[in-house]
Amino acid sequence: MSAPAEEKSSFVINGKSWSGAVHPLKRLLDTIREDVGLTGTKEGCGEGECGACTVFLDGQVVMSCMVPTCQAEGKQITTIEGLAENGRLHPMQESFAQEGGAQCGICTPGMIMAAVAYARDPGSAEDMREALAGNLCRCTGYIRIFEAVKKAMAK
Amino acid sequence: MPDVLTTPAYRWVGHNPPRKESLEKVTGSAKYLDDLKFEGCLHGKTVRSTVPHGRIKKISFEPGVPWDEFTVVTARDIPGKNVVSLIELDQPFLADGLVRHMAEPVVLLAHPDKGMAEKAVKRVHIEYEELPAILTIEESLAGGNIQYGKDNIFKKYHIQKGDPESVWPKADVVIEGEYWTGPQEQLYIEPQGVVAVASPTGGVTVWGSMQCPFYVHKGLKPLFNLPDDRVRVIYTVTGGGFGGKEEYPTLPAGHAALLSWKAGGRPVKIVYDRMEDMWATTKRHPCKTRVKAAFTKDGKLLALKVDATMDGGAYVTLSTVVLSRGTLHAFGPYACDHVVIDTRAVFTNSPPYGAFRGFGAPQTIFPLELHLHRAACELGIEPHELRRRNLLHQGDRMATGQVMQEETGLEGLMWKAMDESKYLEKTKAYREHNRSSTRIKKGVALALFFHGAGFTGSGEVFLDSKAGLELTRDGAVRILSANTEIGQGSFTTHSQIVAEELRIPYEMVEVAVPDTAVVPNSGPTVASRTCMVVGELLRRAASDLKEVLVKSGALAGNGHTPSEFRAAAGKYLQRFGELKVYSKYKPPPDVSWDDKTYTGSAYAAYAWACYVADLEIDMATYQAQMKDFVAVQEVGRVIHPVIAAGQIEGGVAQAIGWALYEDVALKQGVMQNCQLTNYILPTTADTPPIRVFFYENPYQNGPFGAKGLGELPMDGPAPAIAAAVAFALGDRIIPRIPILPETILDAIS
Ligand code: FES
Ligand code: FES
Repeated sequence: MSAPAEEKSSFVINGKSWSGAVHPLKRLLDTIREDVGLTGTKEGCGEGECGACTVFLDGQVVMSCMVPTCQAEGKQITTIEGLAENGRLHPMQESFAQEGGAQCGICTPGMIMAAVAYARDPGSAEDMREALAGNLCRCTGYIRIFEAVKKAMAK
Repeated sequence: MPDVLTTPAYRWVGHNPPRKESLEKVTGSAKYLDDLKFEGCLHGKTVRSTVPHGRIKKISFEPGVPWDEFTVVTARDIPGKNVVSLIELDQPFLADGLVRHMAEPVVLLAHPDKGMAEKAVKRVHIEYEELPAILTIEESLAGGNIQYGKDNIFKKYHIQKGDPESVWPKADVVIEGEYWTGPQEQLYIEPQGVVAVASPTGGVTVWGSMQCPFYVHKGLKPLFNLPDDRVRVIYTVTGGGFGGKEEYPTLPAGHAALLSWKAGGRPVKIVYDRMEDMWATTKRHPCKTRVKAAFTKDGKLLALKVDATMDGGAYVTLSTVVLSRGTLHAFGPYACDHVVIDTRAVFTNSPPYGAFRGFGAPQTIFPLELHLHRAACELGIEPHELRRRNLLHQGDRMATGQVMQEETGLEGLMWKAMDESKYLEKTKAYREHNRSSTRIKKGVALALFFHGAGFTGSGEVFLDSKAGLELTRDGAVRILSANTEIGQGSFTTHSQIVAEELRIPYEMVEVAVPDTAVVPNSGPTVASRTCMVVGELLRRAASDLKEVLVKSGALAGNGHTPSEFRAAAGKYLQRFGELKVYSKYKPPPDVSWDDKTYTGSAYAAYAWACYVADLEIDMATYQAQMKDFVAVQEVGRVIHPVIAAGQIEGGVAQAIGWALYEDVALKQGVMQNCQLTNYILPTTADTPPIRVFFYENPYQNGPFGAKGLGELPMDGPAPAIAAAVAFALGDRIIPRIPILPETILDAIS
């Protein structure tokens, strides 16, 4: 029993290049949190069910707990820390804050990422309920989240 | 914007300022426990029992693992007492010789590499001599296998008003039923997590995701034989609690601290993965209840008898108080001359059941409300009308003898809920629909209920809470309270209360991190008490702080601008160095409670509510699907309408889960389906529109009239949903939750 072997890995995260030594099968979630040092992406289940770990990989929504780091090789990753531009909150972040879309906040980064993806391409799902069904929230009953998403999309 | 039927006359109270911590939460910069980095941190793991009851014969460590790199702790390494200090002293931090439930902690491991620590858990082998286990309430009460006291009963309560026995023979109709509510996992999305640094020289410091830092503090002192000031517990941003982080965090906190102590003071982090969290931590107490009720032909409730038994699991933990709250909510908001309530919590070889939003009340409200629905069906009276004929009014006595000093307003709440949900139209239309449709059956039904805010009458007196305020260097005010922000918005509502009382901007109020070395013990963050009880302590502290500033001459007594307040604070600090003002709990006048007879004012204030559930059952899949939900309540003054509505909506969704989806499958007393793939939470697709309405009847002893509301929404949905299912199935009552497709199939075949 010993620690697994590491290999060089590189990708672009929130617009910045990153490279470092990680085991190729290490979960992207852990690489982002432990190696890149961005802890906004959360772990709620580790099995692809809760959406707390949602990030964009080349613009697509993925559950980063289900993605081995080697799959991100050379790709673009966006996390919650990459949404604000020039110190200005993304409209989705703003409306989550205003409408009470975040209570305990642990689902919030993942929820906001899923909501941003839906707002960008509303045709991607039947409706908002469908689009966010992969992101669990235990606090809100989703009502304020829907309000927040609607408000951000109306902006 | 949620509907609040009031005109706020205040600058901050009743408004919706941004939450104190929302910026950090929406940007991902909020630091939850697992986001914190500690230099040289070890990863702690817990080796748990795999039998429900047995003597430990041997613990062996499989060869091929570099055990010399690990820190290993067993019960023998405990420097102080191996007991979790809660209500009773029966639970060990680590099983010593005997295990009493599956998933009980036996051995602790720590290693610098997380993966190594994880893998090593399976390389520790514990051999048992298995002993007979008690796995159900019935087995516990059967008496053959006694593992607690003389009769396996942790606690019993008895409430008696009048004499129901004398009524049964005389009544027109007597209706009996038996009901079951299953366990439920809190399922906060952030699992349990702690970091500890502990050594004989430095004492013990713990950071963690928790509701009650002082509970952890109390638990750690005897474990290490340390005095108050050598143990420090610091709250970190907590990703949900719902009761699951009330008493439980003491265990992992103790475990991490024991590992750190043995590892020479290196920090040790323990974060459960989802499976361990679901397998090992507390759940809502399952409860079996018999209800017997006597009525006149026209629906007057003559007598009520409720007999409820909760499964407490293998250690007492909080079962006695959960049972108490269940007992005190078992009779509902109805006037009845003859009531008897008997309840008990019993031992089984299950992991201890624990605190969960509602704290016993949902378990007794469910059977009573569903029983009234059943009675209405049998009596041929509309369910709302049956309730209306029996509602508690001003001057009536509850089963505990408490006289209602003011009108509860329940009838108005009921009409409002019926109005908003179009209840009367729907009952007619759905009956019609159900006659012709075989595929989709529709149901609509209501529940009426109350929730007592704060600890029971004497409980708040024993807690003896203290909260305070201090002036900061830049002339603002900082709240000093042990009450934690777990998503319910307490940092925000407390700040609004203080800002209102001091007449300063909300932005000038800060909240100190709940840290036992810094804040006073304002009591636990539980029981819907944080806003009402602690909020009032803070309001009084604010009023006293203002008085001190005025008396010192720094502040004019007749109003001030923010900058005048700042200047006054600066002047005061320059002269006296610091200003901290504390206030202590005082029981409201004319609230007295007798623990011996269980009579008096059980709670100083009640929130009242009527909820309406509207659903459909697809008779091809037997899945019940919520369509609409209306929640009307009176909770005193609403401090922050958006936060308050969010609490209600979230509670309703959690209760929908309990009623329709969340099935804890037990085997050997422990949860089997410990994954989100097979324990189903309501998603966006399962949660209906939840429409929330508040009435405000300001409560004179709450801050600006506020009462508690956090637990209320857990109480009413399940009985309303079960009654709506009954409606959809043609008045066929399914007396148990969760109502899964297979439950419906069973009931109709
Ligand atoms: S942590 Fe990835 S989906 Fe839950
Ligand atoms: S805000 Fe707590 S889980 Fe969503």
